[in-house]
Amino acid sequence: MNTASLQHKRYSRLNINRLGLWLFILSESGIFAALLFTRFYLLGLERASDLNQTIGLIITSILLISSLTAYRAESAIAHEDRETFLRSILVTILLGAAFLIGVGIEWSQAFVHFPPSGLFGTVFFTMTGMHAFHVLTGLILLALLYSNGRREAYSVEDHWGPEAVVKYWHFVDVVWVFFYPALYLVS
Amino acid sequence: MKSIFKGILGAIIGFVVGAGGLSLIRLATGLEPWKREPGIVIGYLFALTGWLLGVGVWDYWARGWFGLPVRKYEVTGWRRYFNFDPDHKVIGIQYLVTLVVMMLIAGLFAMVMRAELMNPGRDFLDPKEYNNIMSLHGMFMIMVAVTVISGAFGNYMVPLLIGAEDMAFPRLNALSYWLTPVVPILLLTSLAFQGWDSGWTGYAPLSVTNESGQIFYNLGFMTLGLSGILGAVNFLTTIIALRAPGMTWGRLPIFVWSIFSTAILSLLATNFVFVVLLLVLLDRIAGMGFFDAARGGNPILYQHLFWFYSHPAVYVMALPGFGAALEVIPHFSRKPLFAYRWAVAGFLGIVILSFTVWAHHMFTSGMSENPLPFMVTTELISIPTGFIFLAALGTIWLGRLWLKTPMLFGLAVIFNFLIGGITGIYLADVPVDLQLQDTFWVVAHFHYTIVSTQIFGLMTAIYYWFPKFTGRMYDERLGKLHFWWMFITFNTTFTPMFWLGIQGMNRRVAQYLPEFGDLNRWVSLSAFLMGASFLVFLYNLVYSWARGPQAESNPWKARTLEWQTSSPPPHENFPREPEVIGDPYDYGVPGSVHALIPVSGGSTDGDVVATSVALYPND
Repeated sequence: MNTASLQHKRYSRLNINRLGLWLFILSESGIFAALLFTRFYLLGLERASDLNQTIGLIITSILLISSLTAYRAESAIAHEDRETFLRSILVTILLGAAFLIGVGIEWSQAFVHFPPSGLFGTVFFTMTGMHAFHVLTGLILLALLYSNGRREAYSVEDHWGPEAVVKYWHFVDVVWVFFYPALYLVS
Repeated sequence: MKSIFKGILGAIIGFVVGAGGLSLIRLATGLEPWKREPGIVIGYLFALTGWLLGVGVWDYWARGWFGLPVRKYEVTGWRRYFNFDPDHKVIGIQYLVTLVVMMLIAGLFAMVMRAELMNPGRDFLDPKEYNNIMSLHGMFMIMVAVTVISGAFGNYMVPLLIGAEDMAFPRLNALSYWLTPVVPILLLTSLAFQGWDSGWTGYAPLSVTNESGQIFYNLGFMTLGLSGILGAVNFLTTIIALRAPGMTWGRLPIFVWSIFSTAILSLLATNFVFVVLLLVLLDRIAGMGFFDAARGGNPILYQHLFWFYSHPAVYVMALPGFGAALEVIPHFSRKPLFAYRWAVAGFLGIVILSFTVWAHHMFTSGMSENPLPFMVTTELISIPTGFIFLAALGTIWLGRLWLKTPMLFGLAVIFNFLIGGITGIYLADVPVDLQLQDTFWVVAHFHYTIVSTQIFGLMTAIYYWFPKFTGRMYDERLGKLHFWWMFITFNTTFTPMFWLGIQGMNRRVAQYLPEFGDLNRWVSLSAFLMGASFLVFLYNLVYSWARGPQAESNPWKARTLEWQTSSPPPHENFPREPEVIGDPYDYGVPGSVHALIPVSGGSTDGDVVATSVALYPND
């Protein structure tokens, strides 16, 4: 019998989980791809002139920095540095919350300048709303990480939870990297 | 049953929290507290969460996230099927029963439609009621067609066929199942809000402006999509990661390839329909203007996003049926599957091409794009489909056919789809489509494709694997009676519709020109007979499941792995992990062995059951 055929790559539980998560993220990116298509299909390169560029830039920076702190949390728990892990998670939560507050401020102004009943408002509120919803779920997951981290639930060997949530958080950031120019910069 | 009661309780609490919370917010901002559609949508989101948590996600799963010990229900016997159970075999049966019941209900809706269409004039349904029934029939059947083979037999058989113990994410699998019974309930609830008359396609702007029943279609379809995505993640991960040693991609049973291809389509495409259904809801409840041309919106956007999912979804319906047919044909021809690699290339080729053809549904929509590229890609897709036909015909060629019920249904998949495929070429052709669009030609065409693959494929799978999943044998005479009855009446029902379509009879209308009366009466009578054939099926299924004779573990003398364990298989599927050393379909190839299955308790190399079987089983 052909013994070479019996050699089989065995997937560890961790790798199975990673595969599942990446597939889920791949699927989820369809939501954002569809919204980007909608934006350009309906509006072309048209954009509202009275967007608050300052807030847009600030919240974008905040979200990008939060990806760094999330990464720091993940690598800290991988090196059994619980204190840095908890601190970095907390900072990430605060930055994520600041992002949402920024979106809230932007929304309150947008209601006046381009309300959701108009075409740009329709697209703007849907895209930022869908993204903010993902940020919100990310924040809930990060809060779970924080509370579990305080119970010392994660270790060097077993930190799939933090790894998964941080990957999701990066994904939500990457989405914004596409949404921000599509909403604020093109013209 | 405890699961279901907890789930219902969770759903009620969730609805009250969601809808009540929204009312409080509206009250606080000075709006009238209750507005129907936003209330239902937000209430439903919370109700769905509550249902899932109650039905088992909380006890089995989410408690772990909060550092609490996870609870397990210790239930046995039939009660397992009413619980949140992560065993893939339980989930397969849950899918099968749920969706077969849905299929029968949807068939009844079709009977009502055909009764109305017996006569050209108005009989007992007004146009709006007729379209409500038509929409229910459509959406129920679409749900059955996208879910039933992969949900029931994908879940039950894929881990067995690849020699795995279970799916990669068993709890997620149970979660995907428990999302599905919600959908038919939602769709039927729409009737309390005057139903919805926009069909299974739910085109805007009609779906933005019609009665509130519409939102139940949107919510139901979105829920179905969520379930489908989670299922696709599970199938892909399982097939990639959990194959037994030696089960290389080139040795994968063809049914597994079909489920793999289907899962790629569901994974990548479903979120596009999710988004478009959400946009309709936003137009309805948040006053947005995606599809309102007066405000710069564009209804054609709906069709682009909808068909970017829904054309691949057609292959989500077709591929598992092809897979079931190609799985059965070699076993019952006692020959290796012909052109295995070409069949796999066919599946993967369809996956790729199906993302490039969506606008062929929109030739008459007034879209600005040039339709010709879509005509070309649509006609190209017949090439990979041809590979699948090549594999089927090459396997039958000079085979010694063993015409048991599953084989008959498998052959019918190929025969009927040929008619569906060829009539599709006319629709792919732009000038012809401009004439045939929205006529009964289209109805006949897609019933020939979808019923042939998914429903005939489902019957192939049910009869073929019946001894495996029930441990009992169905009645062969009744099975054959069901086959011929259904096959003949299916063809006599749908072939005349091509003629009606060419003559210009529109679909989705309750009344039509008097000259079509005779042919429609024929179609209706035929359809009633076809509906009656399912009574034979139902009787055979229920009676044989309860009282049928005990089945051997491998009544078809088949080589694939699922037949090498007991019927029904034990919880862990195989006593020990099988080792795959050869191709699954090498019937009559001297010395070929598919797999070595260690016998329970055995430890040396000698204690194996080799899965090479005699060339010809006793006829």
